[in-house]
Amino acid sequence: MSTATARKAPRGQDSDSLARRPWKGKVREYDLFKELTVALVVVGLITLTLSAVLGSPDEPSVTLKSWATAAPADFVATATAELGGTSETAGYGPPYNSTPDATQKIGAFDPQSFSGVQLPIDTAKDLVLDPLSTLNSPPTELADWTSATDTQRADWTTAYTDALGKAKDNDPANVATGDYGPVPALTDSLLTMAKQGALDGVLQAKDQFYNFDYTRGTLFLGDGSYFPDLATAAHLTGDQWGMMNETGNTPGQSWLWLFSFWYQVEPFVSAPNADLLVVLLMLLLSVLLTLVPLIPGLRDIPRWIPVHRLIWRDYYERR
Amino acid sequence: MRGLFDLVTSLDSPGIYLGWGSFQIQLGNLIVIILMVVLFLLALVLPFPSGRKRK
Amino acid sequence: MSAPVGTRQTPEDQAEYHTWTGKARGWLLRRLPADKLLPEDQPSYVASWIYVFGMGAIVSLVFILVSGVVLSLNGPSWYHVSGLGHFVNSVHLWSVELFFMTMVIHLWGKYWMAAWRGGRTLTWITGMGAFLVSIVTAFTGYLLQTNFDSQWIAFEGKDALNSAGIGAWFNVANLGQIFMFHIILLPVAVGAVVALHVVLVRMHGVVPPLEAAESDAQLQPGANTESTEAGR
Repeated sequence: MSTATARKAPRGQDSDSLARRPWKGKVREYDLFKELTVALVVVGLITLTLSAVLGSPDEPSVTLKSWATAAPADFVATATAELGGTSETAGYGPPYNSTPDATQKIGAFDPQSFSGVQLPIDTAKDLVLDPLSTLNSPPTELADWTSATDTQRADWTTAYTDALGKAKDNDPANVATGDYGPVPALTDSLLTMAKQGALDGVLQAKDQFYNFDYTRGTLFLGDGSYFPDLATAAHLTGDQWGMMNETGNTPGQSWLWLFSFWYQVEPFVSAPNADLLVVLLMLLLSVLLTLVPLIPGLRDIPRWIPVHRLIWRDYYERR
Repeated sequence: MRGLFDLVTSLDSPGIYLGWGSFQIQLGNLIVIILMVVLFLLALVLPFPSGRKRK
Repeated sequence: MSAPVGTRQTPEDQAEYHTWTGKARGWLLRRLPADKLLPEDQPSYVASWIYVFGMGAIVSLVFILVSGVVLSLNGPSWYHVSGLGHFVNSVHLWSVELFFMTMVIHLWGKYWMAAWRGGRTLTWITGMGAFLVSIVTAFTGYLLQTNFDSQWIAFEGKDALNSAGIGAWFNVANLGQIFMFHIILLPVAVGAVVALHVVLVRMHGVVPPLEAAESDAQLQPGANTESTEAGR
């Protein structure tokens, strides 16, 4: 069916009509299934060899127990912040709570608030008081806390946080005397509970037998310094290109290079709404790349920079 | 080279990071990226056997 | 009821169908006849190593799926305590690395070939769709490692999702939810997009070279004979 269409001078656009039609020109023999088989063998060998030689990383998880044991001072300081509602989680906003003005937004565009408080966490109650009340003999100081006013509670926790900061090694044992109310006793109780391993179970289970939701433990860990410091040591934080990285020497998610890049440069580095900005920017760029065939200029670059002359040099030589 | 190989295969050791200014890259990732560029360039320039199918 | 279609040799595009099923069949077969789906030849211009990377990506995906199935058979904590489990986990990780490497090189090649020409826009779009869905799938996979890395990724990842307002419905710290996404919802999505992409490639054929012209030698009458160069 090689009907000769009217001969036009060969132009770039001409090949588009050629590209539309099924190819009626010269062909070469091609065995799809054989290629598939060879590919399976080659890729299989490479994958199995890499796996056998290099393995994969598996850094054990951090538990509240391991945190309490390795960095008790940090644990106590964090527990105090959770009690006092001054931790990062307590001030996060939706979906965990409704702290005013906490969300990431661009002008009036505030998607973080759209979802509302769907994963409610009251840091004092959920992370400290409720777990303590599950103990066989809960600390008597719980009653002191429950019967106190909000102002009193805030005073106690602020004072204790300051005192911990000033204590030698930030150790609760070295804290200056002062009026901290039940806070030292409560946080110390929680520390003991964590060291014994009971807090991990209670925090996750939430009175249920089965639970796959690790939100509370994750947020509690993140509010401290111990867990984030481990991440920094492993080059996993945002301003260390951490999004691309894996622990140890194994390659990570190198395809997230551009996502990681924005967190290293202004205006994103110091922006309070950096996450929203980066997410929107990456969405936009992804859409643009997906729609390249429809974007004049972007879709013409391959014509201007003739990399194709290498790919099809066999064809061009035989014209 | 032996030392590098040992270092690379012991995955629990801290990663090797190379950096210039605010640009920091893990050695593993760098190898992957360089390998991709090399494979791309090789695919462009290596002669393709005619009359045969490969891979 | 008229005489059954096919009692004489009607070219597919002249066949008449009277049922929904028949019409669907006709539509499909017109677009993707058997010799296009499983061909024995390809255009002569498909002669570059750049063309192997699409197949490389698909084959890497096969290894991802197989190793993933083995991991699923034994649960998400198995690989911490079993030597075989650790090996299968490694296979899963390295096949993912190879998958992205080959897929991106394939993307680079297709861009410089302007492979969307000639009505192949949807091929490009489904390819990009496969890329993007794969990135999300990989993200959920990293969240399932049940080790320090996954804890940190959950802690950091929540910020991006929360800032976009979807962190409550896609809770990266909820292992059960992420597990279902990673082993069912997203692999089905990846499979569907990749299958559609491959079908489109088979339907439209491999894009001809840029600046190809009707006057080229390989299009002249008499050129359409299956020719293998001398020697195998």
